[in-house]
Amino acid sequence: MATLLKSKYLIPLLIAFAILFPVISQNDYYIHVMTLSFIWMIGVYGLNLLAGYAGYLSLAHAGFFAIGAYSLGLLTTKAQVNFWLALLLSLFITCVIGTLIGLVALRTKDAFFAIYTLCVGYIIYLVIDKWESLTEGVRGLIGIPAPSNIGPLSFEKPESHYYLVLFFLLFVILMMYRIVHSLTGRTYIAIRNSEDLALTIGISTMKNKLTVFVLSTFFAGLSGALYASFIRFIGPDIGYISITFDLLTFLLVGGIGTLSGPIVGTLIIVWLSQQLQFLQDYRMMIFGPVLTLLIIFYPGGLVGGAIEWKMKIKARKANTASRHLRKNELEKGSNTAAMKKQVKEG
Amino acid sequence: MEILVQQLFNGLTVGSVYSLVALGLTLVYGILHIPNFAHGALYMIGGYITLTMMTKAGIHYWLAIVVSILVVGLLGILMERLVFHPLKGAPPIHDKIAAIGIMLFLEAFAQYVWGAEYHTMPSPYGQVVEVFGLTFTVQRILIISGAIVVMILLNLFLKKTYIGATIIAMSQNREGANLVGINTNKVAMLTFFISGGLATIAASLSAPINLVFPGMGNLVILKAFVIIILGGMGSVPGAILGGYILGFTESLGATYISNDYKDIIAFVLLVIILSVKPTGLFVKGGR
Repeated sequence: MATLLKSKYLIPLLIAFAILFPVISQNDYYIHVMTLSFIWMIGVYGLNLLAGYAGYLSLAHAGFFAIGAYSLGLLTTKAQVNFWLALLLSLFITCVIGTLIGLVALRTKDAFFAIYTLCVGYIIYLVIDKWESLTEGVRGLIGIPAPSNIGPLSFEKPESHYYLVLFFLLFVILMMYRIVHSLTGRTYIAIRNSEDLALTIGISTMKNKLTVFVLSTFFAGLSGALYASFIRFIGPDIGYISITFDLLTFLLVGGIGTLSGPIVGTLIIVWLSQQLQFLQDYRMMIFGPVLTLLIIFYPGGLVGGAIEWKMKIKARKANTASRHLRKNELEKGSNTAAMKKQVKEG
Repeated sequence: MEILVQQLFNGLTVGSVYSLVALGLTLVYGILHIPNFAHGALYMIGGYITLTMMTKAGIHYWLAIVVSILVVGLLGILMERLVFHPLKGAPPIHDKIAAIGIMLFLEAFAQYVWGAEYHTMPSPYGQVVEVFGLTFTVQRILIISGAIVVMILLNLFLKKTYIGATIIAMSQNREGANLVGINTNKVAMLTFFISGGLATIAASLSAPINLVFPGMGNLVILKAFVIIILGGMGSVPGAILGGYILGFTESLGATYISNDYKDIIAFVLLVIILSVKPTGLFVKGGR
């Protein structure tokens, strides 16, 4: 079992499980929930890259999620653009808006950045809500098409949609992996730990911050576009701040600044919410305190906590091993001393 | 001309409420450097408690406000003790998230206890007075005068009393204040008490002309953040001035630009300010 849990085997196992999930469960509702959590995960990865690695807490991510969703929705329903072209365009639109906002937002720091993005998020929400001639306002967009066929592949059935989303998720995870395990990823961590120091050692912080911000909005936009094509109906509520807080909760429960955190956190909270359906609007009465307690006692979330725990065990093992070694050496030492004594006396 | 005067009066009313909320926010930021996202939730709870005291316990408006100040003030102290104090040395991202957690909890809690529907707060001051052909409701006059009295009292407290001086000392230099024998823990708790109290006064005074509902703090807190950035994070006169500037801008914008977009004005204002000056207006030194 222990060898099975090594990451070398764990990752292919998890992927295999994800691929086989629709076959195993055969339950459309479970597949629906799973697809939805995969979509959220992509958005959470976006937030994780920015907040977890670069240390910039953006509270505007629901806005970018909504921009992705609405771009896709408007392009497909109102402009009758082909789905895949619309998807590409909506990602492009999100990135352009992300760049523009990032250019200004990233000049601010800490509390200012959080407040600035909070307000940007609110502006995006208000614009969607009030600009009725374009977005249909509170009525929302209805009839967003499912992804159109690619050759023989159709995405009408829940399973096929599930695989499509899984494909995008794996792509995002791979991208995240490559970013985090590269010099770029280290650069982001350097910026998080001390921006002034990073600047001093010759890192172009603005360029890096902008890249990470745009990448992060790209993920949020992708997540939103997939959401729109999956749920087929969107209203301005998806841009509201509470969605940002949802993403943040997923991220923190799993573990901010870790690669597997978004997966763990999203799965746990989404499935838990399904089990706690009766709580409905009151779920925050549980998740709010959980979020707060977590940040006090387990700032690394579940994954961060597990890593810390592993390190402790390792450290303890190393400790006992070195103690053994020292003990042996001491015994050897005393032996030689005794021998010397004997020689002297003899 | 009449519309203009009427709108200026409205701006004065709205600005008074904003200033009171922003004052509490700026005090906490100035002393503990926490952007307290849960401040809007304290405002909302304050409104509900005053309402409940009046309708359920049947006590007078003023007494209800006093009870509410005490309850929300204690809630503020609890927040400081249980959440922000343990997070004192943590990275800056943590206390923001913790504050968001508290906010989410309080909002869901209010919805659970009082329901999601909108309540109107009864006020013993529903009369209308007429001055120079312009009509003013007494409640609005009460908001303005109440806010000004509270601001003067707060200023006297901070400037003239020993305890007030310790608060100012701590906002200038926490370690220094500690070195000269100020109990920084007590000052932090006191600050949260005052902050909660100010939010409660703002909510209780303005509730009769607005409404009481779980999300009532959301917009107000966002605008309060805009104000303290406008007035300089941590600055008391800045918060007051910023509150009135925003109040006037909004009520004039609602009349002469568009009522639909009046809530957006504050945020656009902030975006412009931070675009030009990323550290906020009137910020002393680099923090």
